[in-house]
Amino acid sequence: MSFSGWNEVINMGGYGFFVWLSFGVTLAALAALMIHGLITRRSLQQQSKLQQQRQQRLARRKQQERSR
Amino acid sequence: MWRWLHPYAKGEATYRLLGRWLPWLTGSAVLTLAVGLIWGLLYAPPDYQQGDSYRIIYIHVPAAIFSMGTYTAMAIAALIALVWQIRTAEWAIAAIAPVGAVLTFIALFTGAVWGKPMWGTWWEWDARLTSELILLFLYLGVIALYHAFSDSRTGAKAAGILALVGVVNVPIIHYSVYWWNSLHQGATITKFEKPSMATSMLIPLLICLLGFALMTAAFVCQRLRNEILRQELHRSWVQQELDQ
Repeated sequence: MSFSGWNEVINMGGYGFFVWLSFGVTLAALAALMIHGLITRRSLQQQSKLQQQRQQRLARRKQQERSR
Repeated sequence: MWRWLHPYAKGEATYRLLGRWLPWLTGSAVLTLAVGLIWGLLYAPPDYQQGDSYRIIYIHVPAAIFSMGTYTAMAIAALIALVWQIRTAEWAIAAIAPVGAVLTFIALFTGAVWGKPMWGTWWEWDARLTSELILLFLYLGVIALYHAFSDSRTGAKAAGILALVGVVNVPIIHYSVYWWNSLHQGATITKFEKPSMATSMLIPLLICLLGFALMTAAFVCQRLRNEILRQELHRSWVQQELDQ
């Protein structure tokens, strides 16, 4: 390791703020991208469920009309 | 070869293929990035001029390179979509653009944070920085156009044309440091001569590059799968897939 202790790692030779700010924001941006992808899938799941319910309702109504 | 490729013009086959790739891409990306970034942050030696601030390079350079690489991939997808009207290629435009936009944002942000201690300024309207900012706007434009029409094929066509026209910006970004006087330094590794960097710093950078490549591929896989589901939501295979 090119540092002798965690204090030095955090300090980064006086550039700690800049180094850790760039790494932190990068991590946050990537995490946001991943979470957005997961949320999109979840909302697709809900849309699919609604669509299926609608189809079932339509099918039932058609059957009722036929039996009348 | 064309016969082999043909089923992937259909959504379901592509969706399944990407599903097989996704866990491997994600796992190897996390592993490679962990090794590369920890090596770069903790074990690589400090720079003799820039001290420890240069460690930002381990995210800045991979993000910048792949912000351009991803754009090129998106432009190729747009070309395929416009010429052969393949829907999977249209959806790839929508899948690639947000990933590229995030990579471009990371490149710009880390560049600014690195520029402050080294150049004394967060931002300078010089050729390299400005052309990279235009790249971000191109990505945002492609995303906006794709979703701007109620008919998704029209949107894909419009976004594809913008993606193709904007590809002219990619070589401008790359050569900007040679064509104009710039604060930004010249190429370190993307040139044909020997890289101008010590091996002990270069190896973790190459690992980070590989990690960013795998990560970009994993993100595009994830988003393309979502886009296929969104476009084929009325099909029975999608409903079965989402019921699980």
